[in-house]
Amino acid sequence: MLKIENLHASVEGKPILKGLNLEIGTGEIHAIMGPNGSGKSTLAAVLTGRDEYEVTGGSVQFMGKDLLDLEPEERAHLGIFLGFQYPVEIPGVSNMYFMKASINAVRKGQGEKELDAMDFLKLVKEKVALMEMRDEFLHRAVNAGFSGGEKKRNEILQMALLEPKLAILDEIDSGLDIDALKVVARGVNAQKRDDRSVLMVTHYQRLLDYIVPDFIHVMSDGKIIKSGDKSLALELEEKGYGWINQDAA
Amino acid sequence: MGEQNQEIKSLIGREYKEGFSTDIESDTLPPGLDEGVVRFISQKKGEPEWLLEHRLEAFERWKKMPEPDWAKLDIEPMDYQAISYYSAPKRPEDGPKSLDEVDPRLLETYEKLGIPIDEQKMLAGVTVAVDAVFDSVSVVTTFKKTLSEAGVIFCPLSEALQEHPELVRKYLGTVVPTSDNYFSALNAAVFSEGSFVYIPKGTRCPMELSTYFRINAMNTGQFERTLIIADEGAYVSYLEGCTAPQRDENQLHAAVVELIAMKDAEIKYSTVQNWYPGDENGVGGIYNFVTKRGICKGDNAKISWTQVETGSAITWKYPSCILQGDNSIGEFYSVALTNNYQQADTGTKMIHLGKGSSSTIISKGISAGKGQNTYRGLVHMARSAEGARNYSQCDSLLLGDRCGAHTFPYMEIKNPSATVEHEATTSKIGDDQLFYCRQRGLSEEDAVSMIVNGFCKEVFKELPMEFAVEAQKLLGISLEGAVG
Repeated sequence: MLKIENLHASVEGKPILKGLNLEIGTGEIHAIMGPNGSGKSTLAAVLTGRDEYEVTGGSVQFMGKDLLDLEPEERAHLGIFLGFQYPVEIPGVSNMYFMKASINAVRKGQGEKELDAMDFLKLVKEKVALMEMRDEFLHRAVNAGFSGGEKKRNEILQMALLEPKLAILDEIDSGLDIDALKVVARGVNAQKRDDRSVLMVTHYQRLLDYIVPDFIHVMSDGKIIKSGDKSLALELEEKGYGWINQDAA
Repeated sequence: MGEQNQEIKSLIGREYKEGFSTDIESDTLPPGLDEGVVRFISQKKGEPEWLLEHRLEAFERWKKMPEPDWAKLDIEPMDYQAISYYSAPKRPEDGPKSLDEVDPRLLETYEKLGIPIDEQKMLAGVTVAVDAVFDSVSVVTTFKKTLSEAGVIFCPLSEALQEHPELVRKYLGTVVPTSDNYFSALNAAVFSEGSFVYIPKGTRCPMELSTYFRINAMNTGQFERTLIIADEGAYVSYLEGCTAPQRDENQLHAAVVELIAMKDAEIKYSTVQNWYPGDENGVGGIYNFVTKRGICKGDNAKISWTQVETGSAITWKYPSCILQGDNSIGEFYSVALTNNYQQADTGTKMIHLGKGSSSTIISKGISAGKGQNTYRGLVHMARSAEGARNYSQCDSLLLGDRCGAHTFPYMEIKNPSATVEHEATTSKIGDDQLFYCRQRGLSEEDAVSMIVNGFCKEVFKELPMEFAVEAQKLLGISLEGAVG
């Protein structure tokens, strides 16, 4: 589904990704771990097409298409979803309105019929129940005045609505207490499907107790330096990132 | 023909002092302004003597007034002798014969606004009978009947002068006196078109006058004059303008609007202004210098101004309220958008005289391109304004780094029991917001439009519903090309 080869990227001229390779198959759940500054979030930003990140080398294929040629919205239309580490506030725009515009933009991009108000309402209520949220949530402005947990749940709600082929979850666990983390994880797990891949970016092993990955990769200095199954996380937890770095060196 | 030219020549020659004979067939005056022109207009309209005197007095004052010097506006000096001050309404047969003859870019904009095809024809001035546009003339007739049964007077000002001269004479120029400013004086001297509304005591106007207005009075005059009176306990909602782009060969527009709300009456006045803003290099475009003011004459009266200003090269207007009655209420909700080289200097004046009077100001300025947007407002609490209150909120949104936003809130507080609150924010549409929307599948333009509309929400909710929807689309269109 996703194939990253020798990816190099920099921000404001400073190289961050330095030859990253990663392949994700259909239906697989991958987790990328690594210390701060290793380039985890940069990878998420580059895959979704943020302007400030300049790709300086390598290639990214998504379902046979050259991803790096596409605008952010075109990537979204292809079925790539990013759960933001810091979801953005949009004052005055209701969550409901935003999500309807979003789902219809994606549907349109995929050549599907846009949902009318009634169909959308039915769908969104169903997903809201799945995320254990209250309807009241829909009528507030996008992320404005939301608690940390609410923002993250709102991200997963949008994921549920957009039904992506590849969901990239950037530190979806950051700033959450254990109860909020469980709710978010339940939401993600409820969306597991054979044709949906997930790429989780996280600093902590804790998240992986709740969303169990098929593969774990450890990043350091812009590269993946170690890959393995879920047992790798436990080892990391025990020995710390220093162990990997030493190991690699 | 020969005779006509003679007549016109005599006008240009400025020798003519007396009135004109009624057999002049010419419907358009050549450029130029003098007393003869003022007399010509008055005579053409068949006006009573008092109004002619009123015009002439205004003209005399105007001549002595200095042209205003603009603090924040960059304006080329204007040649008032190069303007033609009277032209008859365009005849339908002069217009394009079908939509094929209309500028396709204009049609594209209509399309985006969701304006139905028949209405597009009317807006574009395509020769078409009114009854083909809106099922039939009977719609208009029905409106007229509904209004007259309620006792509401709604007609062109010139008609009101014939039918209800006493009402017009009693109120015209009482809120905006001729000497108020340079442009109100000019308007008082040469106005030739306008609307008159009178809502009788205890009457709730049975319809939004907007609906009616859209059908009937598309041709807005260059020097328009509007007078609206809501008698005791009456209510009216009036909308002027149109979201569809309006082209006009007249560069200067200097309208005057006067509102009078008696005891317990309420007037809601909404404006959507989308005059030609000039091209992306700042060439052309309308100068929109408007004087709008309302007075809450009686206790508990309320006047509410809502404006969405997206057009014109230069917008200069301060819809204001004189809160004379005790516990009277003034409101001002404004969205002003400047893109490319547009300039806007707009705001309001809330003059608190009555005890317990209150006012609310919500101003949203959006600057894009090299647009300059200024909020300029005055809150005046007179000595008599015991316990009066004001709340002002001025928010500016910037797109890009070449535009400007300025806020000048003036406050004059003469009564210590009065409360004045002012809040102001300036924000930029952030890369984070844009990227978030785009990651969710929205195009950059749709994202900007959504963010801007969210920013303006508090104002849009004050607009009559169908216009709120159009106004939202309008903002999106006006901002096209503002990012990226």
